[in-house]
Amino acid sequence: MPGASSWSLAEADHARIVVLLNAFLRESNARTALLVDRTGQMVATAGEPPEFDPTTFASLAAADFSANDQLARLIGEPEFGSLFHQGETASMYLADIARRVILVVLFDTRTTLGLVKLRVRGTVGELSAVFTEMFARDGGTAPRVEQDFLGDAEDEIDKLFGE
Amino acid sequence: MSMINYASREINCKLVYYGPGLGGKTTNLEHVYNKVAPGAKGKMISLATETERTLFFDFLPVDLGTIRGFKTRFHLYTVPGQVYYNASRKLILKGVDGVVFVADSQIERMEANIEAMQNLYDNMAEHGYDLTRIPFIIQYNKRDLPNAAPIADLQAALNPGWPVEDAARQRPAPDPYHDGEFLVGRTQDGDWLERASYFEAVAVNGEGVFDTLKAVSKLVLKTLG
Repeated sequence: MPGASSWSLAEADHARIVVLLNAFLRESNARTALLVDRTGQMVATAGEPPEFDPTTFASLAAADFSANDQLARLIGEPEFGSLFHQGETASMYLADIARRVILVVLFDTRTTLGLVKLRVRGTVGELSAVFTEMFARDGGTAPRVEQDFLGDAEDEIDKLFGE
Repeated sequence: MSMINYASREINCKLVYYGPGLGGKTTNLEHVYNKVAPGAKGKMISLATETERTLFFDFLPVDLGTIRGFKTRFHLYTVPGQVYYNASRKLILKGVDGVVFVADSQIERMEANIEAMQNLYDNMAEHGYDLTRIPFIIQYNKRDLPNAAPIADLQAALNPGWPVEDAARQRPAPDPYHDGEFLVGRTQDGDWLERASYFEAVAVNGEGVFDTLKAVSKLVLKTLG
């Protein structure tokens, strides 16, 4: 493996994940659930569609979680399994999934932190099982694209970055 | 770590601009942001101090558009260059697909360049990544300054090459960007060495910025094929 561990998300896995996220949203009354991978890429969303730019959100959420991971180590904890950011009306709860993905829950006054935390616990277990199985199945095989894709992508790069 | 999302039909790749403080990493991103068509770019995020020094990172998503049914996007990151921000610097490298090292050509910054390059190798190794095996480009920035060191000196200090052990790759590979130069070549002792591609730049007026970005993004796409 030359560099980082590349991975791909199959449609069937995505469907399983969204079912779990939707069930969680129903039980917790939270607004939106997002899955972000540790490198800052959006994996899946469920619930009310976010009004912000999801790409930016994912990069910041991953950085937030990573920075807090390091803070945990500094105080002698192996990790902070979850984080909570409280706003006046909207709040965020973040939880680790299998050390690879972060579950981000957006909620408001329609529910409580206690209920969200309670429901997240079960969902984290279920999602961890899905991701662990997925990574074990695909482990080590980097995703590949067709040769035609590469040719077209190079043309686009020349066009976009041509000045 | 490029990620192919078959559900949302997206491919995302992560490029990181690394290098010593005040070398021009953020300036590279700003130029890209200012020049890329509005529809092709997202919001540029800068986590910076009040004096506009990068504290955590700058982030700019650039969309290549939909290629063969896949929305293809590059995520451009810079790291904070200042030595004492190493913890944040290391975090940003997680999952990197391609690295651009932005060197400051000024003779006075030679030590800072070398230290940053060593730091890049160390941080990559800590993540378990091998810099000699992932897309990697060096940009010699600030070529317009009177105290810029000669390219040969910068190459000797920052891009001396690494041994090519794979016999199949032990043959001369011309540098596509510089006539008469080689990316893979033989030393006088008969050893095979490979170097990273390099570009000269004056990022503050955009010179060399897109050449660098084009080169690294093409290398990254090749790793997907």
